[in-house]
Amino acid sequence: MSKKPTIELRTSPHAHAGEDVVVIMRNVVYALLPICAFTVWQFGISALALLVVVTLTCLLSERMFNALSGKPSSLGDWSATITGLLLAMTLPPGFPLWMGAVAAFVGVALGKAMFGGLGMNAMNPALIGRAFVQAAFPVAITTWTPAFFDGRFSQFIPTTLTPPFLQPPAVGDWVSEVTVDAFSGATPLALQKFEGVVTDHMDMLLGTTAGSAGETSALLILAGGLYLAARRMLDWRIPVLVLLSAAVTAGIFYMIDPAKYPDPLFVVLSGGLMLGAWFMASDMVGSPVTPLGVVIYAVMIGVITVIIRLFGGLTEGVMYAILLGNAATPLIDQITQPRVFGEQRAGK
Amino acid sequence: MGLFNLLFGQKGFTHGIHPPYHKDTADKPIRRLPFPPQLVLPLDQHIGKPAIPLVVKGQEVVRGEPIAKADGNFSVPLHAPATGRIAGIELMPTPKGPKTNAILIDVYEGSTQEVLWEQPREMSELSPQEIIQAIQDSGMVGLGGAAFPSHMKLSIPPDKQVDTLIVNGCECEPYLTCDHRIMLEHPKALLRGIRYAMRATGTEKAIIGIEDNKMDAVELLKSHLSKGSPVEVKAVETKYPQGSEKMLIKSALDREVPTGGLPADVGVVVNNVGTLAGLGDLLPKGRGLIERVITVAGPGIAKPANYLVPLGTPIRYILDYVGYEGARTEFILGGPMMGPAVSALDTPITKGTSGLLVLNEPSIEEESHKIWPCIRCARCVSACPMHLNPSMLGQLAAKRKYEEMAEEYHLTDCFECGCCSYVCPSNIPLVQYFRIAKAINREQAA
Repeated sequence: MSKKPTIELRTSPHAHAGEDVVVIMRNVVYALLPICAFTVWQFGISALALLVVVTLTCLLSERMFNALSGKPSSLGDWSATITGLLLAMTLPPGFPLWMGAVAAFVGVALGKAMFGGLGMNAMNPALIGRAFVQAAFPVAITTWTPAFFDGRFSQFIPTTLTPPFLQPPAVGDWVSEVTVDAFSGATPLALQKFEGVVTDHMDMLLGTTAGSAGETSALLILAGGLYLAARRMLDWRIPVLVLLSAAVTAGIFYMIDPAKYPDPLFVVLSGGLMLGAWFMASDMVGSPVTPLGVVIYAVMIGVITVIIRLFGGLTEGVMYAILLGNAATPLIDQITQPRVFGEQRAGK
Repeated sequence: MGLFNLLFGQKGFTHGIHPPYHKDTADKPIRRLPFPPQLVLPLDQHIGKPAIPLVVKGQEVVRGEPIAKADGNFSVPLHAPATGRIAGIELMPTPKGPKTNAILIDVYEGSTQEVLWEQPREMSELSPQEIIQAIQDSGMVGLGGAAFPSHMKLSIPPDKQVDTLIVNGCECEPYLTCDHRIMLEHPKALLRGIRYAMRATGTEKAIIGIEDNKMDAVELLKSHLSKGSPVEVKAVETKYPQGSEKMLIKSALDREVPTGGLPADVGVVVNNVGTLAGLGDLLPKGRGLIERVITVAGPGIAKPANYLVPLGTPIRYILDYVGYEGARTEFILGGPMMGPAVSALDTPITKGTSGLLVLNEPSIEEESHKIWPCIRCARCVSACPMHLNPSMLGQLAAKRKYEEMAEEYHLTDCFECGCCSYVCPSNIPLVQYFRIAKAINREQAA
């Protein structure tokens, strides 16, 4: 028993749930790692190089902006790591590394640092980065390469090592060379949209199709998302409502004309919808905080995704749908303030 | 009513949190603590005007004797908790913060410390008005922590009608078990006190609300009630802050106190079990409030227990008696969610002190207390029992937009339960911001 303790003075509450930002962010990274591993197995060293380069560029950019604004390093909060991993996952596996680095830098600079860092950004930094390269490098970002090609662990996809500021080579010949089995370089979305071919649902669930680096395996994305939801580090209502509203919207068109429009399950499993719904739409920073706001936001993303996919010139609409949702979030929050306990409202 | 409640047929309040409860002292019977050599009795142990001293330095007082009288209606008297001599009236530290005037009593060592001053009365002969007066004379205040004068609380404004007395046996703060023990050990005094309060307020029904982690108390109290009794025992969900008036009224009766309103606006008056058990004991004997039950617990306490302590006992004396450890520590009066930390060990136990906790939380300088930016995770929004938007309020507070907080975001409805700060993964001191904002708004209005 000590006679003269140091008395600490704090105001109540003197207890805390104990889970801080770092724990949440670190767990998001854990949830993403199996998807990354699958990507590497699927697309080989090209995907690995892309993941590493993009993530490192994010970290370096974040640190650089810390230094420029005279703040301590914020790498420890893991948010830049998440941005890097997510961004790499949304890019084609053979995306030139230098372009990936550009996307990462722009994502962190325009998507995050410009607003003041973690928590201040209006939109998802990874998607800002991707939107930039989509506009800047429209060919490279739609150059898909087949999954599971032979020699993927010993050779890079030709586009991967494109020297900076040069256009990547065409991959058509290379694709026909390495493709020994039935896989085609076209993504399920492109096949459906331009050729009317619907990819087998089971392939999309397992991820054995072409596509962006980390968007192909619906199953692993679901597992990671459910892990976070179970630990209450992710608002399950957002991904569920995004997927549900996308399925319902697609279902309506499918019922009108099944020959022209894809079935709802295809819509949910294809492209980046799974990844976007579970890991990007649910990003806490860009989504509303009010219960009703969350519903409006999620449904909006689901519906807009399908509308872009079915009627837009692009094959994929998830990215713009989420960015639009992010942009609408402050307004949604404003108009959906919850009814305060004991508040009397007209008509009640 | 939320969807969840609709589906599961529950009428409880929504939101709230489930902190670890640490009710380790629930099976520890109330024991009497020895008298300290000196008692410190602040004159403002209650909300309202401080009491006016009736004694002078050097005067001898006997245990139970009034030593300060109420200053008007919104005030209560003080009684001597021990036989001894008045050592003076001095500025002393109090749980509220600033030093205030306190009567010091040097306790006679050789005294048997029997209660030598009382005015027994036949309670059945008293009118409601006389009961209210008797309650004021007893010096009773809300023992749950608020220390609001009980006679004021039980005086229903003439323009209001109340039909139900809610007896608050929730004790939702972690660690505290004094109310739990009082229900188990003094059920008869409690039921007596409930009858007095029902007569004073003219209510025909009483509901004892008890969190369902205290089913032994629920069963025991039920066994004391005859069939057709106007008193009902109701188990409510164990969830913080179930013991807040508005939440308990919602859980017990499904009535919502309007914003800015009082329980009487929905026909309810709420009293704590400790308060009513105290009244049941004191009123027939015509005695004053001179001691109370507190829980002494926390990781820094070797042998946590429930003690009956004379009011005015300095916490240093209690700590030395029970033994504590921790070179760097926090001393909390009351529960960890809402209780104040004390800055001096000379601070005495007052009428509103329900517990003494010694916490060994990590130091404020450590990484685990680092404040991160708000990541808009909305955990505070789903924790706030008042359905406020603490995330938005916190951002406004950081910009010092205190008026906007009150006008647009219902700041005044916050009763500072601390759920938002508890859950915040960014460690943002939300409720602490709100206290400052409210204080500044009050100053501006004055």
